[in-house]
Amino acid sequence: MSQLLEVSKLNKSFGGVHVARDINFTLEAGAMHCLIGPNGAGKSSFFRLLLGEHAPDSGQISFRGDDITGLRSFQRIRRGISVKFQVPGIFKALSVRQNLEVAFQNHLHGASLGETIERVMDFTNLGGEAATAAGILSHGQQQWLEIGMAVGVEPTLLLLDEPTAGMSPDETRKTGEMLHDLNNRGITILAVEHDMAFVEQIADSVTVLHMGSIFAKGSIAEITNNSGVQEIYLGTADE
Amino acid sequence: MSDPVISEPNPAPYPSALAIWLARLEGPQTMGRGPGFWVAMALLLLAACIFPAFSNDFTVGNIAYFMVWTFMAMGLGVVWGYCGSLSFGQTAFFGLAGYAYGVITINLGSSFGLTWLALFLAVLIGTGFALLIGYFMFYGRIKGVFIGIVTLSVTLVLETFMAQTAGPQWRIGDARLNGFNGMSGMPPLTIPWFGGDILLYAGATLYYVLVGMVVLCYLGLRMILNAPFGNVLVAIRENPERTEMLGYDIRLYQTLAFGLGGALAALSGVLYTAWGQYITPSSMGLTAAALPIVWVAVGGRRDITATLLGTLIVIAGFQYLTIYGSQYALVVMGALLVFTVLVTPDGLVATAITQIGKIKERTLR
Repeated sequence: MSQLLEVSKLNKSFGGVHVARDINFTLEAGAMHCLIGPNGAGKSSFFRLLLGEHAPDSGQISFRGDDITGLRSFQRIRRGISVKFQVPGIFKALSVRQNLEVAFQNHLHGASLGETIERVMDFTNLGGEAATAAGILSHGQQQWLEIGMAVGVEPTLLLLDEPTAGMSPDETRKTGEMLHDLNNRGITILAVEHDMAFVEQIADSVTVLHMGSIFAKGSIAEITNNSGVQEIYLGTADE
Repeated sequence: MSDPVISEPNPAPYPSALAIWLARLEGPQTMGRGPGFWVAMALLLLAACIFPAFSNDFTVGNIAYFMVWTFMAMGLGVVWGYCGSLSFGQTAFFGLAGYAYGVITINLGSSFGLTWLALFLAVLIGTGFALLIGYFMFYGRIKGVFIGIVTLSVTLVLETFMAQTAGPQWRIGDARLNGFNGMSGMPPLTIPWFGGDILLYAGATLYYVLVGMVVLCYLGLRMILNAPFGNVLVAIRENPERTEMLGYDIRLYQTLAFGLGGALAALSGVLYTAWGQYITPSSMGLTAAALPIVWVAVGGRRDITATLLGTLIVIAGFQYLTIYGSQYALVVMGALLVFTVLVTPDGLVATAITQIGKIKERTLR
């Protein structure tokens, strides 16, 4: 598989706090990868650097072979990166249909737009909620709606910041199935996640961030058996 | 992108551009739809058209004067209600365009329909200034309450500047700016006609022209706001970060919305100047800058119909109070704003329309 995302020597600090420290990271096209790490490890900051919300102090981010380090957020989105935020980033006063319409109207129009919105509502288990104001959906439904919106920009790479935060076990399982489905359709997925059971359900490989640096990278088995990772994040069986 | 979840299904026959735009007269961003709504609006228009036959010149001229302000109010509705950027300085574009109309017409005269060229150029100047201010604000990442502070500062700076232009050196061609007393002597809008120009003084002719302009502006805004552009404005109001993360350059959309609001304020400024044949610096002062916010907030900033109707009602009430209550008019306006914010934050007219809709729904059930 070819490299979709390449990050080299990425640094970012706020005052004395180093949120990214010489990060070198690659992601292959088609991968389903998770970022884990303790609170404050720099996972969300790493996402914000990838999205262009923070400008790095040094380093480079390449996407599909192009240097995107200097691009603004919306330009990166147009190149095929999309995101689902940790706190659902939806338009709460608008209906579910309007939320999806804003997400899809750049690519689709007229009848095609309407049909696609119907299919995405079915895909995200929101069929029948078209006219419901997004703000009164359950937390899990809001998360799904945002995944549907994130897919609307036709991404090659989908960034998910804790996609199952606040979800019930059943909703978490359905979300995992949804992400597998999207991955099978060709979307590369990079997710920040704390729920290790969910990580095991979806990820091919895992990267551990700690204090702004990459601490370890490998398969699920390699990471869970890594004594250093157990010490800083996962804990051990006898703890 | 190989994702069949969103790949285009069977292509449907594409409707004509006219059909698409006409369909946008109704949509999620505007209240009122269906035959009932349009019949009510047509009856309102009919009543407006036959009103001069049953009224006197003074009242007709008065209502024409009320309509002059509705463009600025609708523009503020777009900028504030739809896009979420509270501008406290729409009067800057109003005043600038008013002065521009005066300068151009005093120098060019009113023959051959040149007043309409002056109207166009003055609105262009107001729009250009709004786009410039908008560019610096939105591309400079100014947001929230600071937009109000910047725009208020702009209009107060313009007021202060124009108030000190009393000396004879402050002239552009034949047009004296005239300091605090303001500029006067510009011609009204003039329609070239066989057998003599038609002057649009305050009266029935101006009234009908303004009715036509208000209707065109209102319908045009409904179409724009229900178009993808309007959807993005509302999305920015609700969640700017999410909107940018859907691939929209939100600064561009905010600047364009601000430019549209500035254009409509400029149109009001020109019409006001042409109506009264004078413009003064106080038209850009603090009181003048605050009033559009009261009209739009009380009417309902998030719906263009509520903004239009609310503005007409509040201005009429304000004038009544000014005549019969003198200095209390502004106090009542302030109290009305506080009442609206506390009790009906969506606006009195918008809330009334929503309640009527609910009652109608219950009755039909």
